[in-house]
Amino acid sequence: MRRFDYHRAADVDAAVLLLADRPGAKLLAGGTNLTDLMKLGVEQPDALIDVSRLGLDEISELPDGGLRIGAGVRNSDLAAHPAVRRGYPVLSRALLSGASGQLRNLATTAGNLLQRTRCRYFQDVSKPCNKRRPGSGCPAIEGDHHNLAILGASEHCVATHPSDLAVALVALDAELTVRGGDAERTLPLTGFYLPPDDRPDREYGLGHAEVITAVTVPALSFGAVSGYRKARERASYAFAIGSVAAALDVTDGVVADVRIALGAVAHKPWRASIAERALVGEPAVVESYERAIDAELAAARPLRDNGYKVGLIRRLVVATLAELAGDPELRS
Amino acid sequence: MSADDVTVSLTVNGEARELAVDPRTTLLDALRERLGLTGAKKGCDHGQCGSCTVLLDGRRVNSCLVFAVAAGGSELVTIEGLADGEQLHPVQSAFLEFDAFQCGYCTPGQICSAVGMLAELADGWPSAVTDRLAGEPELTEAEIRERMSGNLCRCGAYANIVPAVRQAAG
Repeated sequence: MRRFDYHRAADVDAAVLLLADRPGAKLLAGGTNLTDLMKLGVEQPDALIDVSRLGLDEISELPDGGLRIGAGVRNSDLAAHPAVRRGYPVLSRALLSGASGQLRNLATTAGNLLQRTRCRYFQDVSKPCNKRRPGSGCPAIEGDHHNLAILGASEHCVATHPSDLAVALVALDAELTVRGGDAERTLPLTGFYLPPDDRPDREYGLGHAEVITAVTVPALSFGAVSGYRKARERASYAFAIGSVAAALDVTDGVVADVRIALGAVAHKPWRASIAERALVGEPAVVESYERAIDAELAAARPLRDNGYKVGLIRRLVVATLAELAGDPELRS
Repeated sequence: MSADDVTVSLTVNGEARELAVDPRTTLLDALRERLGLTGAKKGCDHGQCGSCTVLLDGRRVNSCLVFAVAAGGSELVTIEGLADGEQLHPVQSAFLEFDAFQCGYCTPGQICSAVGMLAELADGWPSAVTDRLAGEPELTEAEIRERMSGNLCRCGAYANIVPAVRQAAG
C-alpha cells in the first residue's frame, strides 16, 4: 500500500481546505470500500482526511415530512431509524439487504453513494480497465460480465454501480448538499452519476475539493407504501444481480403515482421514468406493470452472458408493484 | 518507530494503550502484531469473512477495514476482553455447550459478532428478514442466520452456531 498522511479534519471547512491543498487526498469515512481498494492498489491516495467525526450524523424529520440525513450517518443507524422505517421503508429495506451487520456499522450514507464498482477487472490492477486506467481497454466486454450493465453502458465500460441505498434514494428523488470553498449547493442524486461514454473514469458530478454534507429525501405522501426487492447469488451478504426500489400510490384501483428505480443494471441507479409514465392512470394490475417495465427495458442491450437480467428485472418489478398494491402494510 | 509514525491512543479491553504506528496499519494488525491480542483472526483481510470482528465503541465491525489511526480515541473490546475473569461471557459458554465450532479459526469473530448482534436486537434494530419494520424483531432461526451472515465458517458449523446464539440470547 502506498504511504499516506492521515489528517483528522476539525470541521467541514477544514476538510475542504485540506482537499484543495492535496490533489492526491481522499476523504475517509467508514472506509469499508476505500480501505479495501487501497489494499488492492486500486486507490493510492497520498493523504486521507478523516471526516468520520464531524458531527454529520444527525437524521432530522423536516416539517413537510421529508428527511435530512447527515452524510456521516451510519448505514445501520439509518436503517433502524423510526422515521425511516415508518415513512420510507424502501430505504430501510435497501440498506438492510446490503453488506453485513459489521459493514453497515461502519459504512456511511455519503460513502455508500460514492463506493466504486465491484467489476472484477476494475478491482484487479493486473488487468486493463478504462475506469482505472483510461484508454487501457475493457476486458469485461469479452470476459466475465455476467453481473454487469444492460442499460446505459458504452463500448468503453459496462460496469454497474453496486449500492442498494442509492437505488432507493434515486427512486425517492433525493438531493445532495455539497460544500466546496465557501459555497454550498444542492444537486439531485439522479444525474449525479455520469454516463460512462468515453471517460468512465469520471464517475460523479463532484469536484475534488467538495464534501457531501447531507442527503435530503423530499416528502412523498405515499413513501410508506414502498419496498425494495433484491436478487443475488446467495441468500444474504452479496451484491445484487438485479434489484428494484419502488413506491406506489393506488387510488380506486388505478395507479395515481409511482416511483421505480432499478439496481445492478447500469453505471448508476436506473430511474425507470418510462415505466413510471406508462403506469400512471393505468389499472393497478399485473398486465399494466408488465407493459410498463417492458417499455423501460426496450432500451436494454445485454451482453453475451447477462441477458438473464432483462427477465429478472421484469419479474422483480412486477412482483414488487403487485405486493405494494395488494397490501400496503406488508412492507411497513 | 519511524519518523512518519503516528501515535494512537485506544482503550482496549478496559485498558488504556498507546502505540506509534505506520498510518497504513489496520486495527487488526495493530491488535495482533503490536498488542499481542491474537484472538481476532485475519481471514480474507477484505471485509468478506468476519473473522476479524471486534466491538468498536460497542458495535461490531471488521477490524481489517479500519485503520488504527482512525480508531484513535475509541474503546475496543476483543474476544480476550469478553470474559469476566474466569467467568465466560454467555455467548462463549453457549458456543462450548453447543459445540459451535470445528477448527475454531472463525470462532472469535463469530462470538464477537453475536455479542454485537444481540445488542442490536435488544435495541430493536430490524434485519432484511424482519417481516414488519415497525414491530419489534423476534430472534427466529432465520433472523439469526441473516444477522450473522457477515461471519463465514468454512467448517460449516452453522448448525450448532444458530442454537448457541439462540441460547445466549436467553
